[in-house]
Amino acid sequence: MSQARHLLSVSDLGAEGIDEVLRLADTFAEVGRRPIPRVPALRGKTVVLGFFEDSTRTRMSFEAAAKRLSADVMSFSSSGSSLSKGESLRDTVCNLEAMGVDAFVVRHSCAGAPSQVAGWLSHASVVNAGDGAHEHPTQALLDCYTLSRERARRLGVHPPRPAVLAGLRIAIVGDIRHSRVARSCVAAFSTLGAEVTLVAPPTLLPASLAGWPVEVSHDLDAQLAKCDVVYVLRIQAERMKEQFLPSLREYTATYGLTVQRARLLGPSALVMHPGPVCRGVELAAEVADSPASVITTQVGNGVAVRMAVLYLLLGSGGSLGSGEAG
Amino acid sequence: MSERRVLVHGGTVVDATGARRADVLVAGGVIAEVGPHLERGRRGTLALDAEGCVVAPGLVDVHTHLREPGGEEAETLESGSRAAALGGFTAVVAMPNTEPPADSAEVVRYVLERARTACCSVQPAGCITVGRQGKVLAPMAEMAGLGVRLFTDDGHGVQDPSLMRRALEYASSLGVVVAQHCEDDALAAGGCMNEGEWSSRLGLPGRSSLAEEVMVERDLALARLTGARLHLMHLSSAAAVAAVRRAKAAGLANVSAEATPHHLSLTDEALAGYDPVFKVNPPLRARADVEALRQGLADGTIDVIATDHAPHSPEAKQVTMCEAAPGMVGLETALAVALTDLALPIADVLALMSWRPARLAGLGDGQGGPLVPGAPAHLCVVDPARGWVVDPAKLASKSRNTPFAGRRLQGRVRHTLYAGEPVVIGEEAQR
Repeated sequence: MSQARHLLSVSDLGAEGIDEVLRLADTFAEVGRRPIPRVPALRGKTVVLGFFEDSTRTRMSFEAAAKRLSADVMSFSSSGSSLSKGESLRDTVCNLEAMGVDAFVVRHSCAGAPSQVAGWLSHASVVNAGDGAHEHPTQALLDCYTLSRERARRLGVHPPRPAVLAGLRIAIVGDIRHSRVARSCVAAFSTLGAEVTLVAPPTLLPASLAGWPVEVSHDLDAQLAKCDVVYVLRIQAERMKEQFLPSLREYTATYGLTVQRARLLGPSALVMHPGPVCRGVELAAEVADSPASVITTQVGNGVAVRMAVLYLLLGSGGSLGSGEAG
Repeated sequence: MSERRVLVHGGTVVDATGARRADVLVAGGVIAEVGPHLERGRRGTLALDAEGCVVAPGLVDVHTHLREPGGEEAETLESGSRAAALGGFTAVVAMPNTEPPADSAEVVRYVLERARTACCSVQPAGCITVGRQGKVLAPMAEMAGLGVRLFTDDGHGVQDPSLMRRALEYASSLGVVVAQHCEDDALAAGGCMNEGEWSSRLGLPGRSSLAEEVMVERDLALARLTGARLHLMHLSSAAAVAAVRRAKAAGLANVSAEATPHHLSLTDEALAGYDPVFKVNPPLRARADVEALRQGLADGTIDVIATDHAPHSPEAKQVTMCEAAPGMVGLETALAVALTDLALPIADVLALMSWRPARLAGLGDGQGGPLVPGAPAHLCVVDPARGWVVDPAKLASKSRNTPFAGRRLQGRVRHTLYAGEPVVIGEEAQR
């Protein structure tokens, strides 16, 4: 990743690249615990947050990451911008680049948009912050970070070096078909050696799983008893209109991680969710708040992991130094 | 019609009647003589070198979007017919999905008027339904009276099976062809590429080949019922080819089918880089579909190759995959792609691109040959050995959206004569 200009897909990283991000994230997690959580690593760099689709968590997380690295941050959304006046995405990003932007963090509802933006720009870096149903690489990276660190912490050992999830059985449950998180997580988890099983009704699986390193199950109960991690995806209510499911109630009854079902999990099993959680639909509130859940840890780790990504793309030997006010 | 005398010498004449070494002398817009070692005769005769070349009837495209009226930023009859001539075409059927659409005699007359100065024959197709809305039949008899021989709502299929049945029944008395864009909207579901391994990996909404299969099977049943002349446009899937093959084997003779060079050459893997130039409806499919289409050409299931030349401005293409307009230009590369990728004898490719489509579109006027004295001189001279690399910047089309940019192709049109006028000489358009 050190030489790469963009982060578009988690598959571009490989096991070594993921390990590099995770190692650096450890350093930045330490920065986050300082009284003044800021380093001058990206001072003078300008990062644009181009969220062409709504987001709260990911946008704030990238903003915090960029600011803790002392980068200048500019925000952008499609409403209230020249996009709503009919300017094309291409012209918009090229004009911003001309103002001296070093990196674009791009979220878009259409798969491939960050790749296209990367192709249109002449020098700035692009970080994919979620594109359609394609990928959300920094989510998968923070999930790998959370998994390896939480497992180690709970077992009272040091996190493995290099990062491995070898032999770990991970069940990803829910709307795989429309999920960019699932695509990035399948790639990242399997790259690090985990065994991934997708658990979903057939309507919520991709049309083809050719080439995916996964097993498929339609029986959540059977998977819960043998998995080390259950990774629950959000069910998007808007999908109900498209006849993917009879009802949310039926989904909860068959694929929801209810209190009763969570009892099937082993004592050291972890519950993960990329957020936002629809409590009571795919995940019971009690389970989301139980000791097995690492959902808020995921969110917390997001900032450190995104700092690592931005630093690896933009940092040029800049010192990590000690904290100072910006 | 051109008064000029032209001698095409040194080539091999290939038409529906066979192949022979012969020169072709053209005078007064018609073929004066075909035979070996013709003399140039009187001074002022233009000699066109066809050494090593095939001299064939001009190519005919039954599926061309020329965008006029309404889409002149992407193409005009002038620019599109110039592109056609450079590709060896002497006749194209202009699709009616213009703005306004060709769903009335007025728009058809406008296109015919503009076509008078084009570099090739431009035959307007008419809409099946008013405004291509799939609700009310367009005045087909009135348009047929102006010479329209093919009706289609192309860009969009006629969804309502009852309306499609009435369209076929009504058309059956007019001696015209009803051409269907075979995609069921509900099954295509707004997808922007073929549904399958690549769409699943790329996270792009898929467009199932089932959408084509279902529409093809439905329309085959309607053709069986009505006996009307049905043409199935741009087949893309193995299942659709198999359906047409079964229907023809069972004796259904009033159905024809076309395939495009892009569907015969490219697969959905081309979308891996998220380049909207590869977005087209129906979408590029899997390798097995490409193989099935080629088999369909070889065994006669598919009758003709058609370009579906669909020019789009950069503004319509340099956007996200979801927003991009579907379609690709193809007039200037169609023959070369067919010669390069299909492993068919050149005479078979010419049959698929000249005399069979000419007959399908009911053109007459010497389009599609044969090259005999007295026939209007529509011909193309093809150098099958000429290798070239597709450079979008050098296309004569106003639009640049070719999926073959950078591809090395084998075979190129050297000269094109339309009604005796050399509109292309030495790979250069003359006007």
